[in-house]
Amino acid sequence: MKRTILTLIGVAVAGMVLAQSPEQRGLEVAKAADKYDEGFGSSASKLTMVLTNKQGQESTRFMSNQTLELTEDGDKSLIVFNSPRDVKGTATLTYTHKQGSDDQWLYLPAISRVKRISSNNKSGPFMGSEFAYEDLSSQEVEKYTYKFLKEEQINGVSALVVERDPVDVKSGYTRQIVWYNKDNYRLEQIEFYDRKNALLKTLAYSDYKVYKEKHWRASQMEMTNHQTGKKTKLIFDEYNFGLNLKEEDFSQNSLKRASR
Amino acid sequence: MISKSSSNWWGSLFSISLLLILALPTHAQEDDGTFSEFSGYVGFDHRQFFSDGLYPGQKNSYPSFVFQPEYLYEWNKGDDRIKFIGFGRLDRDKRRTHFDVRELYYQKVKGNWELSVGLKKVFWGVTESAHLVDIINQTDFVESFDGEEKLGQPMVQFSYTTGIGTFDLFYLPYSRKRVFPGSKGRLRTSFIIDNGDVSFESQAEETRPTFAARWSAFVGPFDIGVSQFHGTGREPFFANNGGNFQLLYGIIDQTGIDLQATMGPVLWKVESIVRKSNFQDMWAIAAGLEYTFSNIGNSGLDIGIVGEYLHDDRGNLAFSSLDNDVFAGARFAFNDTQSTEFLIGGIFDLEKSTKLFSFEGSRRLGNSWKAEIEMRLFSDVAPTEFLNFVRKDSFLQFSLNKYF
Repeated sequence: MKRTILTLIGVAVAGMVLAQSPEQRGLEVAKAADKYDEGFGSSASKLTMVLTNKQGQESTRFMSNQTLELTEDGDKSLIVFNSPRDVKGTATLTYTHKQGSDDQWLYLPAISRVKRISSNNKSGPFMGSEFAYEDLSSQEVEKYTYKFLKEEQINGVSALVVERDPVDVKSGYTRQIVWYNKDNYRLEQIEFYDRKNALLKTLAYSDYKVYKEKHWRASQMEMTNHQTGKKTKLIFDEYNFGLNLKEEDFSQNSLKRASR
Repeated sequence: MISKSSSNWWGSLFSISLLLILALPTHAQEDDGTFSEFSGYVGFDHRQFFSDGLYPGQKNSYPSFVFQPEYLYEWNKGDDRIKFIGFGRLDRDKRRTHFDVRELYYQKVKGNWELSVGLKKVFWGVTESAHLVDIINQTDFVESFDGEEKLGQPMVQFSYTTGIGTFDLFYLPYSRKRVFPGSKGRLRTSFIIDNGDVSFESQAEETRPTFAARWSAFVGPFDIGVSQFHGTGREPFFANNGGNFQLLYGIIDQTGIDLQATMGPVLWKVESIVRKSNFQDMWAIAAGLEYTFSNIGNSGLDIGIVGEYLHDDRGNLAFSSLDNDVFAGARFAFNDTQSTEFLIGGIFDLEKSTKLFSFEGSRRLGNSWKAEIEMRLFSDVAPTEFLNFVRKDSFLQFSLNKYF
């Protein structure tokens, strides 16, 4: 009897899965990934950015980064540039919002000025790199619509492949194809399609490390632009999840102090 | 006594600070919650004036050498810090040859509050072509014609961040005089301003205490600031004392407000001041917008268009000559690896013929060099304006700086 009930439940669940549209399943994967990383609280890291041009010449920049997790609204983050030396101390403070545009301030150390800037420029390059501002901003579930595509092997692991389309019309992309690790929902790869729906860039995640038992962070993210042949590599060092940062660490006064 | 030797005094403070800092730790040690770093730049620039000056002694070409050493020491994970920024220039004009301590302060941070003691630089305001509400620091007039470079200001600053915004309180024990060019310098008045020509309304001269307060906050797309300043003003009054010009620093009360609304690609900006003193009451406003076309044709290029209206009810007596003028400018940021940028702008007087044009460009060379170009043109300056003194001082400048 018990067995029959279990079987019946099993059939019902299978039926629900079958009845689930690709859109529903895609959204479910995105939500599960978001949920999986919930509770990291705050983090800080050092960042090295290596830009490679078409001829293979490299230039390197150093930055540091702090993030505060918020559940009601999007995350808050602070980025400080350490090099190139002429922009040393320049810093940005971003309040991401799940809906509507983000709030962003820029600190210019040469004139000690905090300036509120437009967050409209999503598709533009970050610091002359192959990363657009929108690639680096907090990835809130609400910012895309989703469609589950398939399951497949990538980097030796099985992945859930989901297409996501940016909600914001100012995005530089029509769609992105995202490979989520099936076990822990960490990102393995993203393909970006431009406004003409041509493949523009591929972002590969590697050297994953786990922090606080379940928060996976890639130590390396490499963006390849297929249309220009340029590359940008981001290397994350000294991840620190133990700083217990608070809202007051993301104020305009904190932005000025972070500049050093 | 102090007033006679004050420029040497700042130079000495600069040298002493620099020596002390060279004795401090210079490598980063973040494991024990301390951090220290030495940085800054050295540079060479050349300023070429297009025509001969109006006054005897003036030259046409000015090669110049600049350096700005900076040092930061933090302990208690950054809750305590000492910061130093020095600045020096060697120039053909001996007044433009100057050394200053831009910043040298101790700061203590605890949760929501911050206390700073020492010389510091503080900026207030939102507009691009005029900085009306910005009053804490004296302008380094020999360094920049547009007033963006400032002298270090001695202060005790208390800053408190709350749910309804940030409150800043300032005690400013010493007011610094504006530095004006010497006889060999360009961009000056016909007369040379000597220490004997400068006086203060207060008997205590530079040492009369000044107080200031500011509240600033943001709600959604709006950033707002309201400020009050009471004490010795930063802008001197010019009095014609029987053919001899006299400069007087009066005691002023100034109320300022600045507001910015960030609406998608448009930034709406306004700032305004009301100033009262025993010699003159005045008000001024600067208002306008900045519209950015971003990532044009997916090239990474951003073009920002800036339009601002400037009004100063002092009319011809306005030191800036921005009494009823319009500023129009365009900023080009290529967002390339070398951070190539340029800015073109013009200020047009709505009643008189005066026009000012400017061009600024910069590009990084390699990883730590930067090349800059600056041009300022004075065109059809009306004889009634203060700017008439510098009508022949259009120039082109090249700079090359090495950052470390």
